[in-house]
Amino acid sequence: MTLAAATNEHLANISNVLIYSAMAVYTLAFFAYIAEWLFGSRSKVARTAAALTATPQTAQAPAVTVNKAGGTAVLERPKVTVRSASGSRDVPDGPGAHGGDEQGDLYGRIAVSLTVLAFLVEFGGVLTRALSVQRAPWGNMYEFNITFSTVAVGVYLGLLALKKNVRWLGLFLVTTVLLDLGLAVTVLYTASDQLVPALHSYWLYIHVSTAIFCGATFYVGAVSTIMYLFKDSYESKLASGGKPGTFARSVLERMPSSASLDKFSYRINAAVFPLWTFTIIAGAIWAGDAWGRYWGWDPKETWSFITWVAYAGYLHARATAGWKGRKAAYLALIAFACWLFNYYGVNLFVSGKHSYAGV
Amino acid sequence: MSTTSKNGFDPAPSDTEGLAAAGSQLSTAPQEELSAPPALGVIGWARWFWRQLTSMRVALLLLLLLSLGAIPGSLIPQTGSDETKVELFRRDHSTLAPIYDKLGLFHVYSSVWFSAIYILLFVSLIGCIVPRTWQFVGQLRGRPPGAPRRLTRLPAHTTWRTEAEPEQVREAALALLKKRRFRAHIAGDAVAAEKGYLRELGNLVFHISLIVMLVAFAAGQLFKSEGDKLIVEGDGFSNTLTQYDDFKSGSLFSTDDMEPFSFKLDDFKGTYEVTGPNRGTPRTYEAHLTYSVGAYGKDRKTTVKVNEPLEVGDSKVYLVSHGYAPVVTVRDGKGNVVMKDAVPLLPQDGNVTSSGAIKVMDGYHDAKGMKDQLGFQAVFIPTFAGEGKGSMLSQFPSLLNPRLALNAYHGDLGVNAGIPQSVYQLDTKHLKQFKNAKGDPLAERLKVGETMRLPNGAGSITFDGVKEWAGFQVTRQPASGWALGGAIAAIFGLAASLFIQRRRVWVRAVKGDDGVTVVEMAGLGRSESAKVPEELGQLAGTLYDQAPGAPEPDSAADPSEVSVPEGAEKQ
Ligand code: HEM
Repeated sequence: MTLAAATNEHLANISNVLIYSAMAVYTLAFFAYIAEWLFGSRSKVARTAAALTATPQTAQAPAVTVNKAGGTAVLERPKVTVRSASGSRDVPDGPGAHGGDEQGDLYGRIAVSLTVLAFLVEFGGVLTRALSVQRAPWGNMYEFNITFSTVAVGVYLGLLALKKNVRWLGLFLVTTVLLDLGLAVTVLYTASDQLVPALHSYWLYIHVSTAIFCGATFYVGAVSTIMYLFKDSYESKLASGGKPGTFARSVLERMPSSASLDKFSYRINAAVFPLWTFTIIAGAIWAGDAWGRYWGWDPKETWSFITWVAYAGYLHARATAGWKGRKAAYLALIAFACWLFNYYGVNLFVSGKHSYAGV
Repeated sequence: MSTTSKNGFDPAPSDTEGLAAAGSQLSTAPQEELSAPPALGVIGWARWFWRQLTSMRVALLLLLLLSLGAIPGSLIPQTGSDETKVELFRRDHSTLAPIYDKLGLFHVYSSVWFSAIYILLFVSLIGCIVPRTWQFVGQLRGRPPGAPRRLTRLPAHTTWRTEAEPEQVREAALALLKKRRFRAHIAGDAVAAEKGYLRELGNLVFHISLIVMLVAFAAGQLFKSEGDKLIVEGDGFSNTLTQYDDFKSGSLFSTDDMEPFSFKLDDFKGTYEVTGPNRGTPRTYEAHLTYSVGAYGKDRKTTVKVNEPLEVGDSKVYLVSHGYAPVVTVRDGKGNVVMKDAVPLLPQDGNVTSSGAIKVMDGYHDAKGMKDQLGFQAVFIPTFAGEGKGSMLSQFPSLLNPRLALNAYHGDLGVNAGIPQSVYQLDTKHLKQFKNAKGDPLAERLKVGETMRLPNGAGSITFDGVKEWAGFQVTRQPASGWALGGAIAAIFGLAASLFIQRRRVWVRAVKGDDGVTVVEMAGLGRSESAKVPEELGQLAGTLYDQAPGAPEPDSAADPSEVSVPEGAEKQ
């Protein structure tokens, strides 16, 4: 009977304030990203067309120059020359949202800094929420949403820290994070509370945390897949002598090349797939403990399975002649749509044993 | 131009062939062939069909079909998970339901068409794995293919001139590559090396584990058993078929498989949120048991919680539900006790408003001494709102202010008619309701300790107290260890398959026309990756220290000269 004391109202209120503050900072970051794009549009780069129309001259720059300690050798070290694969267009990556414009770049940096700040504030919000209920912050959809967007931004910042070419993602990501948080604080809000007994298990921590991480990372993969589709049609239009609209030219010219985007989204999806497999298995183990069967075709289980098979199909498609490129990309998007439906659709519209949405 | 062509090797047509050979067998994926159907007899057709079934294209198609086919089962009620919902659906959709029935949409995952998809997929999978495994073993036994003629045409390459002798360079390269755990050998004027076989192995392990998991799951379904038993505090249970309230089993289950054990429910405890918007939400459920295994096993105590079943052999005892069982004493007209028992009632809502029936079948005689049967419709609420706040709906799930409301009947309970009857429902068809003095139906709401008198000396019923009951599900799903093992192997196989690069490196060292040795190195991965050139750079750097550069002659070729790109598969 003393259990109720475990939810700490004070901390829960702090959490709410932090989440609202994070939204405010994300909004600032959003405007900074917009400024980056606007200033970037001043530069008139047209590398793609140039690269496509010019007869391919030089191979891509030497990727690696080996320089070992000592440095006494006067002679030049061997340089590795890299050439691109057959069939791919030899198009350089765009310069990013700022388009090489200095002011644009400055706003871009401000935007990233603000994103870091917002991330920290939001992380604090999630943490205090967790502390207020003395458990992991994912007992209902409100908590799931705030954790999800925090992790998605964390993945983005992590990729930036690893010096991956992902700054262009910022605007898309922050926009959706704002939508996600807006939905969380209005429609999905649930007061801080304990869990029903079926949710008490350390497999919950493992299963749900990896599920959130997979979803957030799949999301980053999906955004770059969409961008790949745009950039790819832009490039093929240029290659066949077409004239894309001004807007498309201005935006897409600054994106990484379609080959880079494709490779990036593949890497993301392929890297997360084993973890997603693990997530489903962890869920099955938990279900085995909680409900006496490890697999029972509950709607949530079914949709996890569908998502898994769809991603497996995507990986297969890339190894199948005639399915590489755009078709595989569509499969990746379908697979992510399955993931989204599994989260929102199944929680809200389908009833099953996983109905803990709390809305 | 590169050194090889200077040496008089002819470049052009066989060039691509050499490249193809260099990249061959970097994976064991089946050859893509879109052969037209043959004109030749049954065997030709069978062979064609088999080749189609085991192609990547068809595997992909079947995968997509499988995910598509799984969808209806998540949206339409399934008999396997919720029989009552299916019944409701049948009642509400009289036109759709028969169509759904024909299509097996109420049991999608055991329907003919769904089974057809996954069986085809797994036949395809086996048909794919067997030749791939065989091929892989062949690759392990063989040696990496020799260097293609023009290493400069590979996706990553480098070259330099050195004073060292070609043999020296080759030996150094061989030693270096072996030290880096490449499989390497000298073939002609070059060293050929390969690494990353674990990728292929991982991929095979993954696909084989899928089969293991499927077989384990199927075995689990065929041999499984699942029984439900409701036990009131103080009562016991032993694991035999007749003791269950409800029992389901797979088609190959036999009663010999049942583990001999028994247990007694000592005590059930539930706690609930007392304040806030989620007031009444369950917090903990615990069942305290005394159990013993085997016929003469020692008594042991344990606690079963929602996520923590009692495990005995392959069987697991889960706590799945709980409720209240009011204890009542029924007396006949002479004051003889004809029944004294705890009667489990079924919860109807989150606050455990419960309902059910109390049946007195034997031993009761009415005021005139005639044999009769008694039946009571019972509604029980653990927390009553208070007099005047009327409704018989519980306000809270635990026993704060319990009430038992009863309607009394007598006559034929219908239990001897041979038709199976729910213990929680009263069939009033052949029953007569007792009336009170005013002629209204007799109904009373009792506190603990209170007694309801039946009119005209027909007897009485006393509400003595309340016990709790717990519902247990005993499940047995064999081969789940195999499923878990398969799943773990699948994850590791998958990780190896996706994270390990399989790649080849060649090092060629030959004397140029001017007597200086020319070293050429090239790398090829199955997919275009930044790692291949990176690794090649490191290897070249190390080898360069052992075969340092010689001054370039004026006529030195530009190594980064380029022709039409070709080479590795796009990734
Ligand atoms: C039960 C359904 C199947 C699932 C879930 C599945 C899953 C996967 C996954 C996730 C990969 C990715 C690993 C990678 O990219 O290297 C893969 C690769 C592969 N699968 Fe399957 N697979 C299935 C059935 C099949 C079948 C029926 C075949 C035979 C035609 C097959 C042949 C292959 C091959 C050859 C690869 C390696 C492709 C490559 O080298 O990139 N798989 N599979």
